[in-house]
Amino acid sequence: MGDVAIRVEGICKKYRIGRAEQNYRTLRDTIRDAFASPFRKAGRLLRRRGPSKPARNDEIWALKDVCFDVTAGEVMGVIGRNGAGKSTLLKILSRITSPTSGYAEIRGRVGSLLEVGTGFHAELTGRENIYLNGAILGMARTEIRQKFDEIVAFSEVEKFVDTPVKHYSSGMYLRLAFAVAAHLEPEILIVDEVLAVGDARFQKKCLNKMEDAGHRGRTVLFVSHNMPAVTRLCRRAILLEGGNLKTEGLSHKVVGEYLNSGHQNAAVREWIDQSKAPGNDIARLRAIRVRTADGKIAETFNISDTFAIEMEYDVLEPGCQLMAWHHFFNDEGIRLFESHDTDKAWLGRKRPAGRYVSTVWIYGDLMAEGIVYVSTGLTRLHPTERLLHERDAVVFQVVDSDGNSPTRGDWPGAMEGAVRPFLRWTTRLNQDTGKTLV
Amino acid sequence: MISLSKKAGIRTATKAASPAARIIRVEPSRGWVYLKLGELWEYRELLYFLTWRDIKVRYKQTLLGVGWAVIQPFFTMVVFSLFFGKLARMPSDGIPYPVFTFTALVPWTFFSNGLNQASNSLVGSANLITKVYFPRLTIPIASVLVGAVDFVFSFLILICMMLYFGIVPTINILWLPLLLTLVVIISLGVSLWLSALNVQFRDVRYVIPFLTQLWLFATPIAYPSSLLHEPWRTLYGINPMAGVVEGFRWALLGAKTAPGPIIIVSSSVAFLVLVSGALYFRRMEKTFADIV
Repeated sequence: MGDVAIRVEGICKKYRIGRAEQNYRTLRDTIRDAFASPFRKAGRLLRRRGPSKPARNDEIWALKDVCFDVTAGEVMGVIGRNGAGKSTLLKILSRITSPTSGYAEIRGRVGSLLEVGTGFHAELTGRENIYLNGAILGMARTEIRQKFDEIVAFSEVEKFVDTPVKHYSSGMYLRLAFAVAAHLEPEILIVDEVLAVGDARFQKKCLNKMEDAGHRGRTVLFVSHNMPAVTRLCRRAILLEGGNLKTEGLSHKVVGEYLNSGHQNAAVREWIDQSKAPGNDIARLRAIRVRTADGKIAETFNISDTFAIEMEYDVLEPGCQLMAWHHFFNDEGIRLFESHDTDKAWLGRKRPAGRYVSTVWIYGDLMAEGIVYVSTGLTRLHPTERLLHERDAVVFQVVDSDGNSPTRGDWPGAMEGAVRPFLRWTTRLNQDTGKTLV
Repeated sequence: MISLSKKAGIRTATKAASPAARIIRVEPSRGWVYLKLGELWEYRELLYFLTWRDIKVRYKQTLLGVGWAVIQPFFTMVVFSLFFGKLARMPSDGIPYPVFTFTALVPWTFFSNGLNQASNSLVGSANLITKVYFPRLTIPIASVLVGAVDFVFSFLILICMMLYFGIVPTINILWLPLLLTLVVIISLGVSLWLSALNVQFRDVRYVIPFLTQLWLFATPIAYPSSLLHEPWRTLYGINPMAGVVEGFRWALLGAKTAPGPIIIVSSSVAFLVLVSGALYFRRMEKTFADIV
């Protein structure tokens, strides 16, 4: 720690969005402007407005006065909603586009991955593309040759390395593309959301590779929407909002602020119009909400928090025996578990018509970190019939932000697995064995 | 479970950090900029790979592949020989007309193809320009260099024709490498201007076919420049391709045209076009990613 690897001082970036479809100018525009501007200037002089330009409404500021430092060896997260300026910031730091004002100082060789597979050509073979893509990313030919076997092994496309990539499946293509990128070893790595590719297993592999980069003392600037990845990989993070730097600090705090500031809440779904609600003439779903233990709607929970999923539904036809249920999936699409209404008051009973609210309590230290998708449904029994099934009805996120979960024991690092239950352990020392063993 | 340690043993060869880390300063671009040729040199391998890619893709995708390198100038030569040589009885400095015109078409084809490829090269590489940093100069340069392969093949045809017509080159052939450099300089200079302009004004795309057609007839390809009297003949060198074409004929066919003054004028113009093109390109470079 100590040395500053990236210093960003008051960077602003202005874009013109007048003509939405074409940013480039045609000769006609230029000629027209050239003819128009003397008159405009003359008009301005006559009206004594002075030389200042009138404010243009077709300009937007993608970044406004952004300042921050990244110390050497630090993994810094950059988060924010779409359009907050994350990509613009990375483009400026990667020298793809230049800022309108302000400056940045970068110490060391920079490698940026704003996309995987940049410059891949469909007609070329896997082997040829590795060399081409490596060169585009800034690797020397000798460096690529040295790492070639490793790249191929990482991508898992050994058999097809001499096949044109146009014959690859999209998964193979992405794996190969990422493999090249993952072997880039600059002092400063700028990464934009490239982990959102490939299947779940490969994503995990890539995340590990990133974590590895962090542990090797490389400086990493990492943009992502995957909050568990940000809290896990980054010690510090910055939050951008509307082109401004809103918060800078420890990643779990910044992530917490980001998630709780949301207007678009994935933790609530409500159907106002009964006729459009999922279901049929027997029953219809009216609302589903994720709540904290004290009843607030929230989409992020600390791994040790207890929380509830509340389901509201109308029973329209009396005299049926019903069962509400939820299926819980992680972001790899694996069904973590399912849970059915176990309230003894209604087991085996026919229900009168009316509005019901079923709440299931999920205790802390059960889920693993990550995003959880809840599919919800209602089934009639005797005869069995699924009345409604709403996939991904609500989404919530479990984070281990402070790293104090009792499930960790003394372990400070990453914990894998689809669930992370807190189980009872006992460890005892057999008396007197110390003497015999030593 | 332990992702911290499981990878540690696999790879050890991390590139040693350069002792005095360079400081890169990212700032707004204002006014004219340096050419930064040193940086271009650092990225020479990328230039090599981009050229190599274009050559490879071209021969993989086209049915006739290398045939196209020859067909275009060859048939132009046949048409010119018929209409200008036979029907119009155009003078040809005492050289058989077919080889007279083909010698000019070989560098001309390199120039006009380079122009065509390069002017669209930046727009065609938009995906690279908006995602990765590298000196943008490499893109049009690679497009121009790709033509070298075609040039070699059409040059072989030229040698065959010289053998057929029994033309023996003079000692002046030693000047050929310099003439080749000159045609590369002209192609690059014009390409840099057009490719950078094309990013901003898409009209350029429509101008190019028209431009090359006019330029073809403005260059002494179908006719000799000896039709003009001095000082007009020397001034003709303002079209830099005139110097190249006359130079090729003089060096290869032993044409007694003494094109020295033309070549000097052409070289000066070519140099001016290249330097101004490179400066304009660098000036516009920082906006490419935003407007391409």
